[in-house]
Amino acid sequence: MLAEFLQFFFSGVTVGATYALAALGFTLIYNASNVINFAQGEFIMLGGMLAVFFTQGGMPLPVALALAILVPAFVGIVVEKLAIEPVKGAESVTLIIITIGASLVIRGLIQVWLGKGTFSLPAFSGDEPLQILGATLMPQSLWVLGVTAVVVVLLWYFFNRTLHGKAMLATSYNRVAAELVGINTNWVLFLSFAMSAALGALGGILVTPITLTSYDVGIMLGLKGFVAAVVGSLGNGLGAVVGGLLVGILEAMGAGYISSSYKDAIPFVLILLILFFMPRGLFGGKSTDRV
Amino acid sequence: MKRNQYLGLYLIMAVLLVLPFVLPNSFYVDLAIRMAINAVIVLGLNLLIGFAGQISLGHAGFLGIGAYASAILPTHLGWHPVLALLAGAAAAGVLAATVARPIFKLKGHYLAMATLGLGIIINIVIRTEAVWTGGPDGMPVPAMSLAGFEISGDKHWYWIVAMLLSVSVWASLNLIDSPFGRALRALHGSEVASKVVGVDVVRYKVAIFVLSAVFASIMGSVTAHYVGFVTPNLADFFHSIELVTMVVIGGMASVYGSVVGAVLLTALPQALASFEGWETVAFGTILMLCMIFLPKGLVPTLAAKFGKGE
Repeated sequence: MLAEFLQFFFSGVTVGATYALAALGFTLIYNASNVINFAQGEFIMLGGMLAVFFTQGGMPLPVALALAILVPAFVGIVVEKLAIEPVKGAESVTLIIITIGASLVIRGLIQVWLGKGTFSLPAFSGDEPLQILGATLMPQSLWVLGVTAVVVVLLWYFFNRTLHGKAMLATSYNRVAAELVGINTNWVLFLSFAMSAALGALGGILVTPITLTSYDVGIMLGLKGFVAAVVGSLGNGLGAVVGGLLVGILEAMGAGYISSSYKDAIPFVLILLILFFMPRGLFGGKSTDRV
Repeated sequence: MKRNQYLGLYLIMAVLLVLPFVLPNSFYVDLAIRMAINAVIVLGLNLLIGFAGQISLGHAGFLGIGAYASAILPTHLGWHPVLALLAGAAAAGVLAATVARPIFKLKGHYLAMATLGLGIIINIVIRTEAVWTGGPDGMPVPAMSLAGFEISGDKHWYWIVAMLLSVSVWASLNLIDSPFGRALRALHGSEVASKVVGVDVVRYKVAIFVLSAVFASIMGSVTAHYVGFVTPNLADFFHSIELVTMVVIGGMASVYGSVVGAVLLTALPQALASFEGWETVAFGTILMLCMIFLPKGLVPTLAAKFGKGE
């Protein structure tokens, strides 16, 4: 009983950490620009696929992984410069379509370049599972959780203790006021795309040894990251992390105890229930509208 | 009411009348039918996006409900196809109302999130319940019959779909100029202001969402009977995105824009088929370029350029 529960829990938090990183990416961009970036999932896919490509090309693991984060970050910047900045202030539907266009281009290019195959990455520190109360935990899961924890702490430091982080927060509260006190909001937008692409790619890399990767994994991962961000109240960083873990755990529990064929439906059932009963997400306060 | 706003409708009807006599073969007739089906769905969706300012990222789900109602009810339960179509439309309408009622009290992208979730759940149910739906492989659909007369083949469906499109365009034009349409436009302009003058904002938004879901469901049934086979792809996320894209590229809040968007984006994959493997890249690039250079959509941008409104 307990062993089974723990087993589902372990796989849930592992996947949940990836959703959390993706949700943080959604949150960063949403805060900087009110854009819901539907290309977020493609950065997760890019991270995993590029890590596979670079390691198979014979690069040492640390170099390959660093490149697999930097290249997607660069792609994020390109998307922002070419497609988002020129249409700033357009209707949100327009911006959503642009990010969907970007996601199609990224996915299509990878499909042409690396094919439709499924790829795997060797685990960072072996495949010897750890036994905990009858459940098995792969060392890679510890990597996923550990790195996610470090990233969350770094982000907290960045937003609370550095000038750039505070400028980003200020922009998310009130763009015009931020511009008035001299914050370069274009720079904030630029930084938020680079950071969320890097976060997504990092999640994609970490989870690839466990879940494998292919050119089309980005769609579902991205949508679930979006669910996680809304569960934790869109725009709330802590909420995104909790939302990601929650979505991952519930998904694993649902797949284990209820039905594995409905595994992918669980996050979406969850989001409908939350919108019905807690419409502002778990961490949303009451808000008032200004006329 | 301006008279010249019907000019576009007459033009569409004229084209629809001439088309079967100039199209070289059944490939183009098939393409024309699919364009018209999409145009009707997009007209409904554009009322929601363009006039109520809300996005649905799960409209293909409603399409799927109609299509599978028309496939499952006659096959497994022996229902008459017309009854099945109406049952599908009713189910889509009730589902839309249930989902929309609490969500329209919120602002922002929550309807997008909810409809996205709903669409994906519908798609997963269709893929999983293979006993009823045939699973990922899909299932055949019995022919539609009206008053003992069986409707089948390109010719029959062309005229039916052409008629549906003309009626939908006419209805949309009138709806926009009705008190209902004025209320919708008002709440897109300013929700607070329309509340002040007594518009029941939530009720109008729910009504337009239900209407667009019913449009989609009926056209799902039509697609199912026309093609004679349904697969879960009809109801997947990508198809929902395609429908939204047709609205935005044609032009939000533009009746004729809906038709233009549907025609162009239905033709585009055919045109891109020669790119061999690069279709996705080309499709994505075209989407982005359109949105960057014509953020208001084709028809409104061109209309503004040539100095005449619709």
